[in-house]
Amino acid sequence: MQKIFFLCIAIFYSHIHIAAQNCNLNFKGKIADFHDNTSIIGASIRIINLNKYTSTDLEGFFEFNDLCKGKIVLEIQHIACETKIITINLKNNLFKEILLEHHLEELNEVVVKTNTKTATTSIEQTIKEDVIEKYTDQSLGDALKTISGVSSLSTGSTIVKPMIHGLHSSRLLIINNNVRMFDQEWGDEHAPNFDLNSSNRIDVIKGANTLKYGNDAIGGLILIRGKKYASKDSIFGKSSVSFNSNGLGGNVNTEIVKTYTSGYFGKFQTSYKQFGDFKTPNYFLTNTGMQNLNASFRFGYNSFEKGFEAYYSFVNNNFGILQLSHIGNVNDLVQAINRSEPRNIKNFSYKIENPKQTILHHLGKIEAYKRFKGLGKLTVQYDFQINRRKEFDLGRGNRENTPVIDLRLFTTSLQPNLHIDFLPNFKFDVGFLGRFQQNNAVAGTRSRPLIPDYEKIDAAIYTTGNYNIDETTEINAGIRYDFTSINANKTYLLANWKKYNFDQLFPEFEGEVDNTRIDTHPKFRFHSVSASFSFSKQWENDLTFLIHYGLGNRVPNPSEFFSDGVHHSNARFEIGFLNIKREIANKFNISLERNNENFGFSISPYYKRINGFIQLIPTGITTTIKGAFPVWEYDQVDAEIFGIDIDINKKINNQFDYLGNISLIQGDNLTEDIPLIHMPGTNFSNRIVYTNEKWNQLTISLQNRTVLRQNQYPDYNFFTFNPSTQQDVFVDISTPPPAYSLFDFGASTIFKTFNKGNLKLEFNIENILNVNYRENLNRFRFYADELGRNFNIKIKIDY
Amino acid sequence: MKTIKTIKTMKTIKKMKTIKLLAILFISALTFTACSEDDHDDHDDHDHENEVITTVNYTLTDGSDEVTLTFIDLDGEGGEEGEITISGPLSANTTYTGTIELLNATEDPAEDITEEIMEEDDEHEFFYTSTVAGLAITKTDVDGNDNPLGIETSVTTGEAGSGSISIVLKHEPTKPNNGSAEDAGGSTDIEVTFNVTVQ
Repeated sequence: MQKIFFLCIAIFYSHIHIAAQNCNLNFKGKIADFHDNTSIIGASIRIINLNKYTSTDLEGFFEFNDLCKGKIVLEIQHIACETKIITINLKNNLFKEILLEHHLEELNEVVVKTNTKTATTSIEQTIKEDVIEKYTDQSLGDALKTISGVSSLSTGSTIVKPMIHGLHSSRLLIINNNVRMFDQEWGDEHAPNFDLNSSNRIDVIKGANTLKYGNDAIGGLILIRGKKYASKDSIFGKSSVSFNSNGLGGNVNTEIVKTYTSGYFGKFQTSYKQFGDFKTPNYFLTNTGMQNLNASFRFGYNSFEKGFEAYYSFVNNNFGILQLSHIGNVNDLVQAINRSEPRNIKNFSYKIENPKQTILHHLGKIEAYKRFKGLGKLTVQYDFQINRRKEFDLGRGNRENTPVIDLRLFTTSLQPNLHIDFLPNFKFDVGFLGRFQQNNAVAGTRSRPLIPDYEKIDAAIYTTGNYNIDETTEINAGIRYDFTSINANKTYLLANWKKYNFDQLFPEFEGEVDNTRIDTHPKFRFHSVSASFSFSKQWENDLTFLIHYGLGNRVPNPSEFFSDGVHHSNARFEIGFLNIKREIANKFNISLERNNENFGFSISPYYKRINGFIQLIPTGITTTIKGAFPVWEYDQVDAEIFGIDIDINKKINNQFDYLGNISLIQGDNLTEDIPLIHMPGTNFSNRIVYTNEKWNQLTISLQNRTVLRQNQYPDYNFFTFNPSTQQDVFVDISTPPPAYSLFDFGASTIFKTFNKGNLKLEFNIENILNVNYRENLNRFRFYADELGRNFNIKIKIDY
Repeated sequence: MKTIKTIKTMKTIKKMKTIKLLAILFISALTFTACSEDDHDDHDDHDHENEVITTVNYTLTDGSDEVTLTFIDLDGEGGEEGEITISGPLSANTTYTGTIELLNATEDPAEDITEEIMEEDDEHEFFYTSTVAGLAITKTDVDGNDNPLGIETSVTTGEAGSGSISIVLKHEPTKPNNGSAEDAGGSTDIEVTFNVTVQ
């Protein structure tokens, strides 16, 4: 009743005023920062429809006089703030406080600045969109190899796992659009299920406060991000197509983005990749083709105060596995090692036959945020992932279509995070994580599942803080507590259960015994506390000094706990142990960086001490009906890994640039006083780039990459008996292959085709000299050479 | 005033829209999750390695006398070690007819793997070697391409002595080959060794 009364009065009042067209209204206001309410001095205010200007005084006040009644559109601008446009219906003299936002980089389309790091105190390197586009038809692991300190552990040429400072799999966190990827990353031959084309930027974080994402980033963290789009009415996109002479295949990718002034945006991207058999300089690698279909979809609303985003991505990978690598026992392996060239070389084919892997990965998330005046930003994220992995092996008869491994991993999590930023020099984050994971060893395979059914619950709470001591000095610290619970159901061979002494150690896990098998129900609980501390100091001449310390914890992954059987693609018997404890790592990183176009560098030494480092090493052989199999067991040692990454860029003259990097690394098994297994060798690269802006932005580059032989390796060689020849045979599985050096050539040019559109042409040659070589960290180095020369053409259109 | 009202309603609509949209997305996410539950198996009968070969029976007969060489490993790879049984010694200067039989005894009744090998005989070959002096093993059967197969053999013994007989089954070997497992390549499906005596 009261409301209606006031409404009536208001209507009456406004009518009177319309009659007396009043043009002496006064509009005063104050501009302040959203976060801490401090006045903003020197902001420009313009009434767009009247073309009147003013700016704020020393207290942040402004004033317009002699305004007429009616609608006015205000545009408020200030350096380092987002431009704000507001509409006011002016009826009386008015005083209004307007809040501006200081975090431009969070809302704009990639801001080009010298410092584009995720955090000032972070030791990291970034690959940007142009590099991502260059690797459009390759994998994440291939693209990241361009960064110093990053190498890869591969299985053939298509299954490539990134490795930071010699660490990979469960020790690397891959964060895809703020979702931590869970795609059975524990296996050596399980590559990340991620399409490079769906991202705009990838950061490799070697040393920084990553506690927000997890406590187990012992190797580092790979942060994959999409773009933030400006709130304007626009539609744009890009399409690209590529073709390679090696593998006679390529990639087609297209993406389209629609943005609205209101802040809504949407993006759709899809890509398809296909390759046939790859070729070494001398022969085809039978059954190494691949097929890959991806799609991703983003949709959201961005404004300064609130917003949301939904993201979904789908990856379907189909990898052929080198047929030669399918071996039956140790003697087959010895034969493969001793042959200089593989046998049964077939002609080129696009067919993907057994052995092969087919993987389906769904990832979806919904994220929403709201800013609270004088407090900060609250973000809540819900995500889910489904990973279905099937591995097929060579078999007899109709078993070809039955997978030997069929696992379905479901992960879902909820993550609220509060970013508090109202204090001028002190910002901090508080957050919580709840995660549920379920693995299902799908029935119907031909073998005992290597990874059993299990359920895992993670809960974590963390807080991280950032303090600016002065304009150039910053410290960052954080602490995180994690709780993990694992409940598994696994059937062991009774003989193994006793042999591993589990009947003594874990009688509480035992269930029913069925003939030669025993059902067990292992349960584990872990509590861990992790911490991080970083410091950064900047000097005038673009020089930055950074130091980082991190205490990390890693709970053993399911393969480290539960493996117990033949991993067919490796012809090895892998054994995990239930009594494996968590890994505790102390990491130290230092970095001295000069961010300068003419002469820049980064020198980053590091030292990691890992207690209870879990490694998979050969320990002997076991005799089966197929003959002898090498046994690989997970064991725990104390380890240290240290090294240095150096990057240099130098402008030679206006047209020539030099880029170089070198990575030195050493890993020691301190318990046994021997080197660690599978450490990358010293590697360096040198690149000369010629650019000419006038000739359609022509860029020509020549690169050399050299990987030296790894001389620090543990000797796990052994002897086995060959009954056919009645002789003991030496099995050399440790000696690394010799050093190699490769030359690559690249050229690209951009044409303006139509109004807003660009056409980019790219031509590359990889391994120009067609060098025969084998890489120590390729699991197929025993069977075949690496790839020979490849010509590559790419066409990309921006519109 | 009307405008204020309209703005208000518009705002509410917008808010509603956002909430609705979020709700739809959330539900679709859940449905998605639920949908893919259909590939979820509820029965937890754990898989038996139905391709595994648990048993090798090599039977030698000379018409009256029968000698069997057996390798049994019922729990497959890992677990208990395989068990070797030899029914008795071979006689000197005798010709035996040898037949090999492979079984998967984890199934009931035991699955005959030999049949599968005969169906894909061009992709398989047995190789026999012996360290017993004077003992010779020759393959008497052929595959569809007239290359040796080795399910059927002829074993001739010489003077008394002892040593071993090794049997190797190769999957996808090079055929024809020079008669040795090394030259044939392929992947090994069987590799067993028996210590025998000839008296």
